[in-house]
This record gives sequence, structure tokens and C-alpha cells, in this order.
Amino acid sequence: MSLISRRLYSSGRTRGLRLAVIGAGPAGFYTAYRVMSRLLDARVDMYESLPVPYGLVRYGVAPDHPEVKNCQDKFDEVAQSPAFTYIGNTPIGTSWPHPPNRSLPVTAIAPHYDALLLSYGASKDRLLNIPGEDTLSGVYSARAFVGWYNGLPEYRWLKPLLDAEDVAIIGQGNVALDVARILLSSVDELRKTDITDYAIEALSKSKVKRVRVVGRRGPLQAAFTAKEVREQLALPDVGFHPIPPSLYPEDISTLKRQPKRILQILQKGSATPLAEASRSWELNFLRSPTEFIPDGSLSRIGSINFEKNALEEPRFAPESAARGTGEYEELPAQAVFRSIGYLSESIPGLDELDIPFNARRGLVPNHNGRVLHFSSGSEEHTVIPGMYTSGWVKRGPTGVIASTMMDAFETADAIVEDWTSGQAFMSKGGEGDKGGWDAVRGEVKSRGIRPVNWEEWKKIDAAERERGKMLGKEREKFSQTEDMLAVLE
Amino acid sequence: HTHLTPPPPGEGLKITFIDKDSTHHTFSVCEGDNLLDIAQEYDMEMEGACGGSAACSTCHVIVEDEGMYEKMEEPSDDENDMLDLAFGLTETSRLGCQVKMTKELDGLVVRLPSMTRNLQSSDFSQKK
Ligand SMILES: Cc1cc2nc3c(=O)[nH]c(=O)nc-3n(C[C@H](O)[C@H](O)[C@H](O)COP(=O)(O)OP(=O)(O)OC[C@H]3O[C@@H](n4cnc5c(N)ncnc54)[C@H](O)[C@@H]3O)c2cc1C
Ligand code: FES
Repeated sequence: MSLISRRLYSSGRTRGLRLAVIGAGPAGFYTAYRVMSRLLDARVDMYESLPVPYGLVRYGVAPDHPEVKNCQDKFDEVAQSPAFTYIGNTPIGTSWPHPPNRSLPVTAIAPHYDALLLSYGASKDRLLNIPGEDTLSGVYSARAFVGWYNGLPEYRWLKPLLDAEDVAIIGQGNVALDVARILLSSVDELRKTDITDYAIEALSKSKVKRVRVVGRRGPLQAAFTAKEVREQLALPDVGFHPIPPSLYPEDISTLKRQPKRILQILQKGSATPLAEASRSWELNFLRSPTEFIPDGSLSRIGSINFEKNALEEPRFAPESAARGTGEYEELPAQAVFRSIGYLSESIPGLDELDIPFNARRGLVPNHNGRVLHFSSGSEEHTVIPGMYTSGWVKRGPTGVIASTMMDAFETADAIVEDWTSGQAFMSKGGEGDKGGWDAVRGEVKSRGIRPVNWEEWKKIDAAERERGKMLGKEREKFSQTEDMLAVLE
Repeated sequence: HTHLTPPPPGEGLKITFIDKDSTHHTFSVCEGDNLLDIAQEYDMEMEGACGGSAACSTCHVIVEDEGMYEKMEEPSDDENDMLDLAFGLTETSRLGCQVKMTKELDGLVVRLPSMTRNLQSSDFSQKK
């Protein structure tokens, strides 16, 4: 589809919408795309912390899933539009990875726009809050590990300890299976992907033999999907420890389509028989970790204590809850990856604009993307004019790109509807013209921020592809922002 | 995306897309064209985020007529894995990028599922 839309609304306004997007992931791009193709005179400026765009498409999606990243073509198409401006290397509200003064307060951009879109994703992760979690070496979040192998500057120096024979992954979603797959894949296969060179180097020395992917509940409640399970079972030279039949119904033919297919795949087992495989993985169900226990050195993890769980009846229902039984089991693990979810945070300074945040659920309260303000202690809420959200910070950090796209479209439709129906937008700065990026630019420079525009990103992109060519891969990412910026000097 | 060559006059196969406003759009296309390419060529609302690699489910279509559905080649494992994640999955759902037009499918009618899901109220009913 082109940006020229078939349907043009008359806005009844004297000038086009000025929208600032915070975050250059799929949510930001798909929202911008839809708004721009519905409101042909809208102008969109997209602010991104990192010099480089695409969010988790670049820093989450596994390197051996290049086809998933094809959505970047659409994002490039959006960025080519003269009505769109990309402003990379310009964090809003936060400081990392810049010195504290090198970020832009929300209040510095808000007056120059009609609307703000919060689409900044989830840049933290959930904690287990158990002993040993933050004191022992060998304990990592999946987010850190994924960021590390994908070249996210924040985790360039993670140096995960891969000299572990027994590895545990806590959590049973697709991110957990991504981690398991990267740990068990043949390095020679990975080498051809855009995984970072330093990760290949570390993985080629890995001693990992057995990976346990542990979940609180049973196979019918697990969050992984068929594609990831199938890939995991097809890994050459990797065996799968079968799931005890007592954990699933005797007759699985009556189950719903998705769980039935997944169970059928699991029952077939691994392509390589367990006895012939040199490495293996398993799904451990009904276990909640209670403590990470140090090895002899007292500073590194050696094992994990789990409480065994039972499921509430009906135990094969997807929503069945787990209850601790008071029985425990200790399993060896010299490295552990916590994969129980990403977490969104509020951006410092959002509260000054009276933008609420639901810290417990890790999202911005909203209705169809319109940010809501709740009066304290009551159910009553009001829509905050001109404030919108989409993606993981809108609905919580779950869901594939397709679902992120759909909720981005929903938010875009809300923005378009509000604009064309004459709703109030941000009032700060009056109702006159909004300067957008031209008005913000000076402030950015005076703070010592070096913004990166789209052509400059394309130069970084070209340099990465050039580096990749020499290594026989699509690209070799720069894993430090200085190196990205050095391309532009 | 790929640009399609229109069929020589009188030789085209007919395909109809029903959009979310229930409007029918009928096109004449060539044997071998896939439904994603057709939809994009004619500006139907179909995203095709993964570029036709059976890796995203944004090209989900619902085949109107069960008989037609039966005439199609069975979906591959990869296609079924993605269909699992499609919103509004039905018994006759397919990924548009995986279905190629054949003579047998002349007159095919597919429906585009509504792109905007109904938001669960839980997204906003919770207090901060
Ligand atoms: C490990 C992993 C693997 C995945 N694999 C797949 C897959 O195979 N297939 C699939 O369909 N989906 C996959 N997903 C899901 C997909 O990545 C998400 O649905 C999608 O990226 C969410 O988009 P978003 O725009 O909300 O957030 P993000 O992609 O996180 O984008 C947010 C952007 O905002 C920027 N940002 C953050 N804070 C600020 C700030 N203060 N100022 C400016 N910018 C800021 C960030 O740097 C980032 O670029 C995966 C996710 C993960 C975590
Ligand atoms: S275009 Fe992605 S699955 Fe068809």
C-alpha cells in the first residue's frame, strides 16, 4: 500500500496535525504510517533514544528470523515521506546512554506539537524477587542476553558465563525459546545471520549441554507458540526430554486448535533422538524458583531451588492457576536466564504533564490508545487531550509485530477521528502554529545532543552492511553508539 | 512489493475481496499470482508485514466458500503455525501470501478480517 490513501477526510482545521512520536519501534512506525495515510497534511517527527531505528525488530527478534524483520521495508517507506522526520540519538526524558544533561525533557517538546504518541516500548524487565537474583554471577535477564547477542549498546559488555553445562531459563514464552535456541544452535549456522561477531566468539566456546526451560504451570498454560517449539525440536544434534504424559489430557484431539497442535509437535519429540544427541533441552513444568543457590565459590550460581506447584481444577484449562505444594526440588544450573517478561516504565517528566502510569501493570492507562487520567480513588477518568499511546507501553509487553501493528492502527484511528471531529488537542503553547522539530532543534543543540537523521542512519546502515560483507553475513552491527556516530564524522 | 502483470484480455482468473465495510472488489488476475501481491497491487487493506514469508499473519484472509477452500493445497506447517496467531481465525482461514491463483480457484471470494481488534476492556478499566 502506498502512503497515498484512498480516503481523505476533511479536517475542518486550518493546518495539518503536528505529531511527535516517542520511540522508533513498530508501534511508532505503524501509527505514523496510518496517521499519515489518513491525514495527508499531517507531519510526524519521531524521536528515538538510539541513533538507530526499529526498536525490538533490531534488538529483540532473533537473528535467525530474518524474515520477521521484513517489516523494516514498510518503516523505510514511511521514513521516505517528506512529511516525516526521524530524530535519532535523542532520548526523551531519560538519560541512558547519554550523560544526564543529554536528553530532552518531555516538556521541551510538548508545546511544539498538537499530539504526543508514547510508543517507547519496554526497556526494563520483570524481577523474580528471590534470594541470589541480584547478587550471584551467572544470573541474567533474557532481555540482557538477547540485547547482548543482538548488539544492543546497553549490554555490549555483558559477557555471559557460558562455561555452564546446565543452564536454566525461567519462563516459557517465545523469548525463553529464543534464548534456548541461540544457546543450542550450531555456531556455524548462526554465523551466517546478523548476530554480533562477539556473540559468535563467545558461543563457540560455550560448554552448554542441557537447557531446562522452566514454567510455573503446565503445557496447556505455556505461552510459547508452535513455530518456536517446532524450530527448537528441529535443531541438529539436540535431543528433547519427553514431557510426562500425566501433564496433558489423555485425549488431546478435543483440545482447541493451537494447544492441540503444540502438544502434537511436542509429542513427536526432537528430530535427533535424545540418546544420539550431544546436547539436550527440556520443558520443566509446575516449578516456581524460590532461591538461586551459590556454588562452592559462594559468588556464582550453582543450583536453583524450586517449589513444586499443582494446578487448580480444571487443570487443563488455559487459565488454571498454580498453587505451591510445599514440596521442593533442587536442580543444577551454572547459568540462569530470567525470562518472565519485559516491563515498561514511565518516562521521567511525564508526570509533569500529568500523564499517568500504571506501574503495577507497566503501561500507560488508555482507551483505544487515548491516554486516560483517573481521578484518585475513583473509577472516573478523563481523556487527556492530544496524548496517545501504542505498542508495548500501551497494552503491556506481549504480542508479536502483527498485534503491535493492529493496536498501532487502532491508536492511529483514534488520533484521526479526534482530529477530524474537532476534539481538543494539547493546549500548551496556544492554538496557533506548532513549530515541531524546527522549534525543538535549537534546544537539542544547546543540550549537546547530536541528533541523527534518516540519511545518517542510512549511512550507518550501509557501513554495517559493508562490515557484514567481509564476514559473509548480511550485516555486522555496531554495538556502541560512539562507533555508530563515528561513521558520520 | 512485486508488481503484477495484468492478464491478457479474456484470459484472467476472477478473484473477489470483501473488505471490512462489506464492499466487494473483483479483479482479473493471472494464474500463479498470490493473494498478497494481488491485494497490494489493488490497494486492498492487507499489510503483509513479513513480505510474504509466512512469518507474520498480517495477510490473513477468510475463504468464503468451503468448497473453494477444499480445492486449495493444504496449508504447510509454517502457514498453520502463523494462522494460530491470526485474529478471528476460522475453519477456512488462510495466509494470503501462501495462496496462489490456479484455474481451479477462478471465482474465488475471500474476506479481509477487520484489522482492529476489539480491545479487551481490561486495558483501561484498571485504575492506576
Ligand atoms: C526477544 C524478542 C523476540 C521477539 N521476536 C518476535 C518475532 O519473532 N516475531 C514477532 O512478530 N515479534 C517478535 N517480538 C515482539 C516484537 O518485537 C514487539 O511486538 C514489538 O517490537 C513492540 O513494538 P513497540 O514499538 O511497542 O516497542 P519497541 O520495539 O521496544 O520500540 C520502542 C522504541 O522506543 C525507543 N525508546 C525507549 N525509550 C525512549 C525514550 N525515552 N525516548 C525515545 N525513544 C525511546 C526504544 O529505543 C525503541 O527503539 C519479539 C520480542 C522480543 C522481546
Ligand atoms: S505476509 Fe507475513 S505471513 Fe503472509
